[in-house]
Amino acid sequence: MNIVVCVKHVPKCAEAEIRIDPTGRDIEKHGLVYDINEWDDYAVEEAVRIKEKFGGSVTVVTVGPEEANSTLRKCLARGADNAIRVYDPKLVGSDPYVIAKVLYKVIKNLQFDLVLTGVMAEDDGSATVGPMLAEFLKIPHATMVKKIELKDHKAAIVHRELEGGLMEVVEVKLPALFAIQTGINEPRYVSILGIRRAMQKEIKVLGLKDLSLDESEVGYAGSWTLIDKLFVPPAEKVCQYLKGSPEEVATQILGILKSRGLF
Amino acid sequence: MGGIFVLAEHRQQQLRDVTFEMLTKSRDLADKMNTTLTAVILGKNVKELAKPLTEYADKVLVVEHDLLENFVSDYYQSALVHLIDQEKPLLTMIAHSSIGMELAPRLAAALNIPLATDCIDLTFEDDRLVVTRQIYGGKINARVIVRKADRYIVTARQAAFKAQKPPRPINGQMIEVPYQPPSEEVKKRFLELVTPPPGAVDISSAALVVGIGRGIKDKSNIPMVEELAQMLGGVVGCSRPIVDKGWMPSDRQIGQSGKSIKPKVYLALGISGAFQHLVGMKGAEVVIAVNKDPNAPIFGHADYGVIDDLFKIVPALKKKIAEARGS
Repeated sequence: MNIVVCVKHVPKCAEAEIRIDPTGRDIEKHGLVYDINEWDDYAVEEAVRIKEKFGGSVTVVTVGPEEANSTLRKCLARGADNAIRVYDPKLVGSDPYVIAKVLYKVIKNLQFDLVLTGVMAEDDGSATVGPMLAEFLKIPHATMVKKIELKDHKAAIVHRELEGGLMEVVEVKLPALFAIQTGINEPRYVSILGIRRAMQKEIKVLGLKDLSLDESEVGYAGSWTLIDKLFVPPAEKVCQYLKGSPEEVATQILGILKSRGLF
Repeated sequence: MGGIFVLAEHRQQQLRDVTFEMLTKSRDLADKMNTTLTAVILGKNVKELAKPLTEYADKVLVVEHDLLENFVSDYYQSALVHLIDQEKPLLTMIAHSSIGMELAPRLAAALNIPLATDCIDLTFEDDRLVVTRQIYGGKINARVIVRKADRYIVTARQAAFKAQKPPRPINGQMIEVPYQPPSEEVKKRFLELVTPPPGAVDISSAALVVGIGRGIKDKSNIPMVEELAQMLGGVVGCSRPIVDKGWMPSDRQIGQSGKSIKPKVYLALGISGAFQHLVGMKGAEVVIAVNKDPNAPIFGHADYGVIDDLFKIVPALKKKIAEARGS
């Protein structure tokens, strides 16, 4: 089972303070910690588990500058065999549509039974690259995948997460693309030693010319969407902040509960 | 030419709420642009189900076929490719749901129609589509310009728009349209829908829910919150990362893919407030959020906020409750 996994190197924002930069079109990236996109982390783990069970290889692909190597090294340390990074300064400003096209140009030349992506990226949250890539590759796909059972090398039974706790079970013929939802597995711990060992592995770097992509197809020129302006989301409710020591705050919270007949 | 298409979403013989949210937003857009609104419904025996759509849309296109009985994106895609090619709507709106996320990007790529996903607002400015969407986990909103085209596809975030019947009667016309099956072999087959087993604790009907998120840091810290909830006669719910880590069962998850809650008070501890979670807590009468990060999106959706460490607030609450009860 040869598996290709598409990964993205993203700033971790869940617990970081995010500020809009002076251009108004981007956030202040300085000081943010970058790592593999959470959804992709689960996708890589799933790929490695399938490889361990059925044999084959795992190739990780990313589009990004040299700093993205650290995400690829993490994947190699986890058990991926090959890593490919696509970069060209002309790619700056590319939207998910362009990224899907670039990934297509890379993957169409590889041997694969499965392509895995995350459902979405933590940064832009567009959730589009997987299904668009499947269309370009002309292979079936499923998104929000919470379970993959491989029947043989010909088909997979996958569970898709729907709304309200519902699951949908579908059978998909291989080769196929699955966009992986978080929680599908428990990504293994990658030791510093493992990452150091992965430093010796080669990362193949490709440019636009290697993929016979024209400048006009990438970056802002090739994109469907362009960020015009960023702003802080307006509050939906006026939040009244409770102030004071933890004890004082606790007293106020209990007062609110009391007023609602809950204490 | 022109016009707006809305793909009506339904599951288990019911139109989903997001259908009416999209129809409301699109009705408003269509009226402003002086164009028509068309609802599209795909399925098997869905004519009866389609009736309420006529209260919003000028036209309701009903495509019925055995192959459309359950959602399989390939069968949906062939129907929509055909309809969009034929009717050439300026805008096609699909929900950013488990259906739309599977369907819309591939449909857009196949038709080479610009796509913007997970939109919380959209408008046309001089023929250009401009949308608002959230990035960085809901911490930032982006005004996004979509490349000028004669057709667009957007996916609308669930619960982003308020469903409201149009101010005037529409009495849309229902039109049956023949189904155009895919020309190539479909390599995906629907097997079944699995409903979740009922959990031991029903968070959806509790009067007090104490929610935990990433801020709880470790599984070993959960009993402390369980104790607090117990002292107050409430139950513990959680956000997605807690279930993903296997720290709580999935029936405790509050949010779009989990449960919706409607307590008198929701006490959210260490939850930043991803929109999927916010959707699930919308029914709470009062929201009290505790988070160290003053920029956590949840504060924009809370009635009361505490910018502090939950590990200080929870023990203080327990102490005060014990004191009040004289023990």
